[in-house]
Amino acid sequence: MPAYTLVVNGAPRELEADADTPLLWVLRDVLGLTGTKDGCGAGLCRACTVHLDGEAIFSCQLPIAAVEGRNVTTIEGLSPDRSHPLQQAWIEEDVPQCGYCQPGQIMSAAALLERTPRPSDDEIDAWMAANLCRCGTYNRIRSAIRRAAAEGRRDD
Amino acid sequence: MTETKLTRRGDEEIADARLTRRGDDGIADARLTRRGFLEVSGGIGLGLAVSLLVPACAGSSGPNGGPGRLAGGASALDGAAGHEVNAYVRVGPDGQITIAVPKSEMGQGVLTSLAMLVAEELEVDWSAIRSEHALADESRYGRWSTGGSRSVREGYEPYRRVGAAARMLLVEAASRRWGVSAGECRAEKGEVVHDATGRRLGYGELAEQAGGLEPPTEVPLAPRSGFDVIGRELKRLDTPAKVDGSAVFGLDVRVPGMLVAQVVRPPELGGSVGSVDASQALAVSGVQHVVEIPNGVAVVATHFWAATKGRRKLAVEWRPGPHAALDDEAIRERIRAAVAAGRTVRDDGDCDAAFAAAGRTIEAVYDFPYLAHATLEPMNCTARVADGECEIWAPTQSPTATSAAAAAITGLPPERIRVHTTMLGGGFGRRSATDFVEDAVHLSMKLGVPVQVVYTREDDMRAGLYRPAGTNVLRGAVDADGWPVVWDHRIASPSIMREKGWTAMMKDGIDVAAVEGVANLPYAIPNVFVSWADLSLPVSVHWWRSVGSSQNGWVTECFLDELCALGGKDPVEARRRLLADHPRHLRVLDRAAREAGWGDPLPAGRARGVALHECFGSLVAQIAEVSIDEDGEPRVHRVVCVVDCGEVVHPPGVRHQMESGITFGLSAALHGAVSIEGGRIRTGNYDDYPIVRIDRMPRVETHVIAEGDPIGGIGEPGTPPIAPAVCNALAALTGRPIRRLPIGRVAAQA
Repeated sequence: MPAYTLVVNGAPRELEADADTPLLWVLRDVLGLTGTKDGCGAGLCRACTVHLDGEAIFSCQLPIAAVEGRNVTTIEGLSPDRSHPLQQAWIEEDVPQCGYCQPGQIMSAAALLERTPRPSDDEIDAWMAANLCRCGTYNRIRSAIRRAAAEGRRDD
Repeated sequence: MTETKLTRRGDEEIADARLTRRGDDGIADARLTRRGFLEVSGGIGLGLAVSLLVPACAGSSGPNGGPGRLAGGASALDGAAGHEVNAYVRVGPDGQITIAVPKSEMGQGVLTSLAMLVAEELEVDWSAIRSEHALADESRYGRWSTGGSRSVREGYEPYRRVGAAARMLLVEAASRRWGVSAGECRAEKGEVVHDATGRRLGYGELAEQAGGLEPPTEVPLAPRSGFDVIGRELKRLDTPAKVDGSAVFGLDVRVPGMLVAQVVRPPELGGSVGSVDASQALAVSGVQHVVEIPNGVAVVATHFWAATKGRRKLAVEWRPGPHAALDDEAIRERIRAAVAAGRTVRDDGDCDAAFAAAGRTIEAVYDFPYLAHATLEPMNCTARVADGECEIWAPTQSPTATSAAAAAITGLPPERIRVHTTMLGGGFGRRSATDFVEDAVHLSMKLGVPVQVVYTREDDMRAGLYRPAGTNVLRGAVDADGWPVVWDHRIASPSIMREKGWTAMMKDGIDVAAVEGVANLPYAIPNVFVSWADLSLPVSVHWWRSVGSSQNGWVTECFLDELCALGGKDPVEARRRLLADHPRHLRVLDRAAREAGWGDPLPAGRARGVALHECFGSLVAQIAEVSIDEDGEPRVHRVVCVVDCGEVVHPPGVRHQMESGITFGLSAALHGAVSIEGGRIRTGNYDDYPIVRIDRMPRVETHVIAEGDPIGGIGEPGTPPIAPAVCNALAALTGRPIRRLPIGRVAAQA
């Protein structure tokens, strides 16, 4: 079984896995990082969103072989203490219901704000449309992203 | 450990509230026994009893460790510190209060709203409160399950009594400590105070002693006007864990030595396993077992991906089912053919005579499809059967039914079965079933190790248990002035109650959930006939958010608009007149019309549609503003929602449930259909079964009426009105009613 080295939430990790194992299942089953969720296994719901070298990706679609030597950030690594502006905004706006999709929603939103610090509602919709929420928290997700973006502006 | 059974009069009231409001959400054992709910135990900390495992911390696994090889994961979810005052209230030495909630948190907010009810009477700072799922311990919590929009509705008084009784015990404990009468002491923000001497003791210092006292015989409650916690805009207690990945859902459970299984089911309805060649599957690295269980063939591996790869190599010869010709069209024909055999549900006036005499009549057939719940967390369960015990970790709406299912399989007595309820990644009725539990228990029992069964999305979608499909044959007529005078409504749909064996709950052979909203159609129409025909089809049916109302709200509100159009009446004006004797209906309708600006001009190409429906004790009116995109896709811009639920415990929770119900109903109305082809479920993933995404999410404005009427449910009533509100708006745009769901694409012009 091949060995891989990657950096997960800032820490170098060495592991063995079949080359085709999706990053999602390496995170969940090998590294014990269960914050990243499995929803569809087909790149349709984006519950599995993590950052790969800063970009949001579907971890259920990316084999571990493609991650060798790269940086992965999961919901557990977004902040050590829920202090990321999006996590704070999520709490302020009372976004989650069942909560299952929310790690993926937050990781997607974080990637959006990295690339577009002040997104319009249309930009939020276009970017976040990849993330399913079965409970219907979308309007609060939009509000929370706006709030976090506004916080970012204040920090400028 | 001491146990005291309460026998006071107040208890009778609690028990009565439980026993007389049986839900129709699909849980046969929904009743909480008086004994279960009222038993008060002292001594043992609940934390000792809870052993849900949290994920192992990163770094503890071997290089290719499956879950079973993760080390260091066996910490308790909850600290063992503290003492129970009663089965629901534990107080830590620092005064932190943990409320044990025997209701499943599936997004509807019970871990917050029910904790609020307890806190209302406990006299503590809200910041001292946390909550967690109770264990499925029938002797302590009765037979518990979650559904039917019942949790807050039925718990409104009982959970307050739990809090009040705990507070009284804490006061009693302090008074004994001080050698004064309880009447001289009072509770204040987590402390008991003796005003005469200024002495104070924190709840944390009193809990152990309080838990050993005889519970009070009279438990008075604060009047509505004195509410301090109920009605406040509080943040949900479960949010922090849901924004950092630490919330433990069923799929996140990690038990030492656990294997992961996928279950391959017969592809055809009614099919079965012929022969299995497991040799190639077993050759896959990480695959440990291939096991036949009642639901199919399980591939059991050290981790999920190995199970996936093993499954791909599994060679099964399936015995075909007897329904190879079954498809959507054949199902529709069979349902339509059943209509004529319906039982009469309601018969007011004389529809035939009035129809014959009427000048303007209309006939219509409304068809609705099977729907999947499609919770984002796929079905899963973890079980450990060993040493004469069975332990289960499940995202379940029905821990008691889960325990019963495990008992039936293992033959173990209930006291040897422990069920831990994890967070649920959505429920919507689906998780009141126990198919995923049974798979896990069978496997763990056969293999002697803990097993986590995981459904893939396709497994989940194809596992059966759908909202029934059905049809409605309608005739209507208006009088010379255009007012409706005939409503002749004949339904056919498979009965959930019959399939679940709940025939005792059927009334005169009628599944009351199947005709909800039609049997009690509130409109003042002189001639109303309603019949319902059951039929058995090979596709299993199940409770789905709002059950019969999910389709009946659509049919009744759309057909009423057809009658309005026939009579040349404005839909809101007509409803007002027909609801003159229903003041609560009128109130939500009028409020919705006012808030939505009914009748105000809209941009070209946009129209409003209205719908109103009562179910689970609450009334909801919705007005949708809709346009049609160039490609024919309907676009809902705005939904005004007015709910009258009598009382409100957690206002944000009510608003969120309305919005959630709307999104859920909108996904179904626009896209939802489980399709059958060649005797198989064709629908597999979210590409076949689309869910509304953020870019199609309407603005939702929810207004809550709570004027002290009997408290209604909130989890489901938001769902039924959205489909008819949208369809009625589309009909206003195109001039054509929508008589089949899902809506799909529509041609823009009339």
